[in-house]
Amino acid sequence: MKLQNLTAVALATALASGTAMADLVIPDLSYRTGAYAAGGTPFSDGFQDYLNMLNARDGGIGGEEIRIIECETGYNTEKGVECYESTKGEGALMYQPLSTGITYQLIPKATADKIPLHTMGYGRTSAANGEVFNWVFNYPANYWDAAGVIVNYLLGENDGDLNGKKIALVYHNSAYGKEPIRTLEALSEKHGFEFNPIAVDHPGQEQKSQWLQIRRERPDYVMMWGWGVMNQVAIQEAANIGFPMENFIGNWWSGAEHDVTPAGAAANGYKSLNMNRIGDLPVFEDIKKHVHEAGEAAGDGSNLGTVLYTRGMYAAMLAQEAIAKAQDIHGVSDVTPEMVRDGMEALAVTADRMSELGMEGIGPEFSVTCEDHGGSGLGIVQQWNAGDNKWVALTDYLEPNDEITAPLVEEDSAAFAAENNITPGCYKG
Amino acid sequence: MFYREAGDFKTSYEADNQTFPIAFDRYRYWFVLAVAFLVIPFVINDYWANALLVPFLIYAIAAIGLNILTGYCGQVSLGTGGFMAVGAYACYKLMTAFPDINILFHILLAGGITAIVGAAFGLPSLRIKGFYLAVATLAAQFFLVWMFNKVPWFYNNSASGQISAPERTVFNVPVTGPNTEAWAMYLVCLVFVTLSAIIARNMTRGSMGRKWMAIRDMDIAAEIIGVNPLRAKLSAFAISSFFVGISGALFFAVYLGAVEVGEVFGITKSFLVLFMIIIGGLGTIFGAFAGAAFLVCLPVVLKLIGVDLFGWPPDLVAHFQLVIVGLLIMFFLIKEPHGFAQLWRVAKEKLRLWPFPY
Repeated sequence: MKLQNLTAVALATALASGTAMADLVIPDLSYRTGAYAAGGTPFSDGFQDYLNMLNARDGGIGGEEIRIIECETGYNTEKGVECYESTKGEGALMYQPLSTGITYQLIPKATADKIPLHTMGYGRTSAANGEVFNWVFNYPANYWDAAGVIVNYLLGENDGDLNGKKIALVYHNSAYGKEPIRTLEALSEKHGFEFNPIAVDHPGQEQKSQWLQIRRERPDYVMMWGWGVMNQVAIQEAANIGFPMENFIGNWWSGAEHDVTPAGAAANGYKSLNMNRIGDLPVFEDIKKHVHEAGEAAGDGSNLGTVLYTRGMYAAMLAQEAIAKAQDIHGVSDVTPEMVRDGMEALAVTADRMSELGMEGIGPEFSVTCEDHGGSGLGIVQQWNAGDNKWVALTDYLEPNDEITAPLVEEDSAAFAAENNITPGCYKG
Repeated sequence: MFYREAGDFKTSYEADNQTFPIAFDRYRYWFVLAVAFLVIPFVINDYWANALLVPFLIYAIAAIGLNILTGYCGQVSLGTGGFMAVGAYACYKLMTAFPDINILFHILLAGGITAIVGAAFGLPSLRIKGFYLAVATLAAQFFLVWMFNKVPWFYNNSASGQISAPERTVFNVPVTGPNTEAWAMYLVCLVFVTLSAIIARNMTRGSMGRKWMAIRDMDIAAEIIGVNPLRAKLSAFAISSFFVGISGALFFAVYLGAVEVGEVFGITKSFLVLFMIIIGGLGTIFGAFAGAAFLVCLPVVLKLIGVDLFGWPPDLVAHFQLVIVGLLIMFFLIKEPHGFAQLWRVAKEKLRLWPFPY
């Protein structure tokens, strides 16, 4: 008990020293430590660099300075909760936890505290139903979309017929990895392929038995829902058993440079989804000029332009657009979380706007409505070229399977609404 | 000066045998309880509850449980995370199957179910000891986590494999679910901690605790003087698991609200609770509190000092935390194997003699 008194003093002094300013507070729940740091670091770098660039170049958003509060979660739900509680008092406008586990944790909390949650391409898929999840947004795409896009891509590869094919799913044994299973089961029924999920336990460094099983069963295609160190190990193991890389497709969290480089030339041909385009965008010049050259780069500044850096930047851009929209709707520059929610719900991302921001075609065009918080759900397929050390986009944006996922979203969100006594409907303030 | 026995006369055996024989200790105990029950609930906010106090209280219950098994009875266990998961899933199944029954009974029942599971996994302790028993409990840890991931019945077939606590109330005040007030959360945990500590303290002072300690110190000698090792060891496993199960149920239902078994109740949790009792002090109830407070507060305090005060990058602070915990464990194992509790005891001895030490 004595210790607690000491910490109380330490806490009180530390809290008193932080001054509250009227600015746009955006917490960055990042993870630069632990088994998932390889993915968390570039994403957070991109997220922060872009917002810092806005501060340096435009003086923030709508004339209001942005204040980023970085909080290390280590991809751990308990630390995520601690981060959420410690930052929400600072006037956080929205949360992007970059972890499905933390998202599940924060959905009820953020809803009760009336702070919007943006889980871009992760989190709870059925949050796309905005009438149940008023405060949660998962545009531009979600896991069930990703499963649909992969299957549609494979249909294209096989002249529209997957009958009798065997497709295995190597997944992270967590809420994140289990999300697509329901959709894939529905799709396997529809298209007649044999579906076999294979779990990999956290953190995924040990996958020998899973790949032995794949070697024995010889599936035609292997999909992967992996993250962090699991991706690298899986690609290495696939190379070890000689699985043809072009038949191995990861989702958008399993397709970054650091996932494939450890396997070297053996990773050549590995495919993955992406929800954002990669390549040289004009906005990188601004980031270099205003942030990196000023010595303000987040992290070590080496990740500029990588897949996840670009995605982190894309996430920051969507936040910027939502805040700008909120300022527009409410006519004030110093917005509240509730106003940002309105901005997110009225968000429309157009090709013109993306080029204006120096990110031509970084994502698909989409608009958010009160009913649909999920965006368009489009994804591209990219392939790793080990010779040139870069990802090459194979396709344009592919359509997901809305006719399969829409009823599943409906069903899952209805169950959530029933469990939590929510009457579905648009948010009315 | 303040802390002395002189003049504190005991006139009955009960008075002489009480938990805190020294008057100052008694006043301190009542003072802490009064502050905990009468002051903190009125000043607590979400941050204090979620970041510090509620995890501290819940880990304290888990540490009390493990301390009974490891500290008092000498049976090393690495299955704490798995047993906490049993408590959490039992609580979830009970909450969803019998929504009309008060959540407090569900938490107690979850403890009871964990006690049965714990006793079952304690059976090997009759044959194997030390490292080998640690490996057997490690098997329990992995088996239980695997089972809760594998069998959809445990998570009511939810798509994500997560369990999430629906809203439940005590005296019409929600204590689980998103609308729980910080003080309600805190008070529920505090009541369980207080009762657990009182029960555990009295158990370990009584004949049962003496049997456990006899087994810990030398099991053959204990058997010769008439301690039944079967009953002593299994009762230690069952009672320890009961507390661990309660802490798991509170951890899931009151604190986190949604749980993913592999991540929350993994092997790291077992180690964390083990570190708590090592740093706090094996074989003392105070040690469970001190260790839990230390390991819950350390990351938060380090973060406040490192990130908020000095502006260091958060990842650096997170790495430092690992280094500091590692160093501290080594330091305590070498310099003070009995942990904070021993430091506290030594300090008390010194205080008794102060200002005239000899």
